[in-house]
Amino acid sequence: MSYPSHYKYTDQHEWVSVTGDVATVGITHHAQDALGDIVHVELPAVGKTFAKGKSACEVESVKAVSDVYAPVSGTVTEVNGALDGNEAVINSDPHGGGWLFKLKLSNPGELEGLMDVGAYEAIA
Amino acid sequence: MRRTPFHEFHKEAGARLIDFGGWEMPVQYTGILEEHAACRERVGLFDVSHMGEVWFRGPKAMDAVSHLVTNDVKKLALGQAMYTAMCNERGGIVDDLIVYNVAPEEVLICVNAANRDKDYNWMITHNPMGVDIVNESDSWCQLAIQGRTAEALLQTLTDVPLAGIKNYWFAAGTVAGIPRCIIARTGYTGEDGFEVFCPAGAADILWPAIQAAGKPLGLANIGLGARDTLRLEMKYCLYGNDINDDTTPLEGGLAWVTKLDKGEFIGRDPILAQKAAGVPKRLVGLVVEGRIARPHSPIVQNGVVVGEVTSGTRSPSLGLNLAIGYVPAGSAAVGTAFDIDIRGSMAPAKVAKTPFYTRPY
Repeated sequence: MSYPSHYKYTDQHEWVSVTGDVATVGITHHAQDALGDIVHVELPAVGKTFAKGKSACEVESVKAVSDVYAPVSGTVTEVNGALDGNEAVINSDPHGGGWLFKLKLSNPGELEGLMDVGAYEAIA
Repeated sequence: MRRTPFHEFHKEAGARLIDFGGWEMPVQYTGILEEHAACRERVGLFDVSHMGEVWFRGPKAMDAVSHLVTNDVKKLALGQAMYTAMCNERGGIVDDLIVYNVAPEEVLICVNAANRDKDYNWMITHNPMGVDIVNESDSWCQLAIQGRTAEALLQTLTDVPLAGIKNYWFAAGTVAGIPRCIIARTGYTGEDGFEVFCPAGAADILWPAIQAAGKPLGLANIGLGARDTLRLEMKYCLYGNDINDDTTPLEGGLAWVTKLDKGEFIGRDPILAQKAAGVPKRLVGLVVEGRIARPHSPIVQNGVVVGEVTSGTRSPSLGLNLAIGYVPAGSAAVGTAFDIDIRGSMAPAKVAKTPFYTRPY
């Protein structure tokens, strides 16, 4: 699976897609592959604010639970309710339909610290 | 890391390998959910060669085994097997085992992988009758064939009439041209099926033969991930998680294999004493709402931690979040409500009837 070239990435295997001042966040193909079949997601509450690097969400496979960290600071504006009962989308379409939550950026400058696709592919 | 004789086949099949108690074992081939479903709906093949094989030989072989284990193994007919616990002097479980009555002076014990050396050392240092005890674990490989078409599959590879082998019985015979195999109608999945012991040197013949025979039946290779979800749906104990050296068979739900009236065995007195005084905690099955409990999640009753989850997963067959854990014996009845502390948030849970899963055939 290829990594979208217009996304930013973290070394925790999350991706960020920015439109205006809102960042959509998900986990990468590499992360979903390492986790295996995903069966549960604990999404954050809309309106909740996270500092960069704080655990915002939990993704659970059959075997294990994994934290998803806020790649940038912001306030949750929307979560992907379509995942409820349909968590396998994170495995099958991690960079698209498997998105997790959207953050209104509180410090857009943090985006500069994320990896571009070339840098991420080197670690994925 | 230690490897089974089937290691190269696992790599070839694209398995993801993990360290399981010092063994490099497949955790999955195509995916846990897919493998789980294949075993429940068709048939699955598991490499369980990491399990150990210890042989007791001599006129008093079965007496020596009976001294070590909780179940009444002296009742075994030739060709019959029995699940049992083996306890220490405190009544704690050294391991859970299957004992096979192979011949009048020959008993096979199958032990858990992580306990191979511990069990063997325990056995040879608790052998007052001085019988011959040999750890042949490295000389044997073992495959489990589990699922509703397991018998049809295996019958194409052996002349031993499998329909005549009842649950927890076994027969010796030739499988895929390999002599001196042991075919046991046992398993750890809740499905019908067999576990086949085979001389390790013949592993290269056995694996491809089973693959070929299984192809028309939709045979799937199954890793430790689905092995765990399958056994958890049955509330079969996983040694080290659900039971250990500090839990007694009465606590661990193994009273049914603990025959306190069979005569002396190691651990009998403390187990009798515990029975008389009252068992403090019991291993129960729980259905958890909303979240997946994991080992060590605290079990809470009226705001107080009263127990701990020992195994937990999402059940692929039932779509429920299942857990196994210890609760106070007085609160072990089916339907009793608890909260489970899952990383700081409380999920309601109820004691459920087990096995959680019942096969439909």
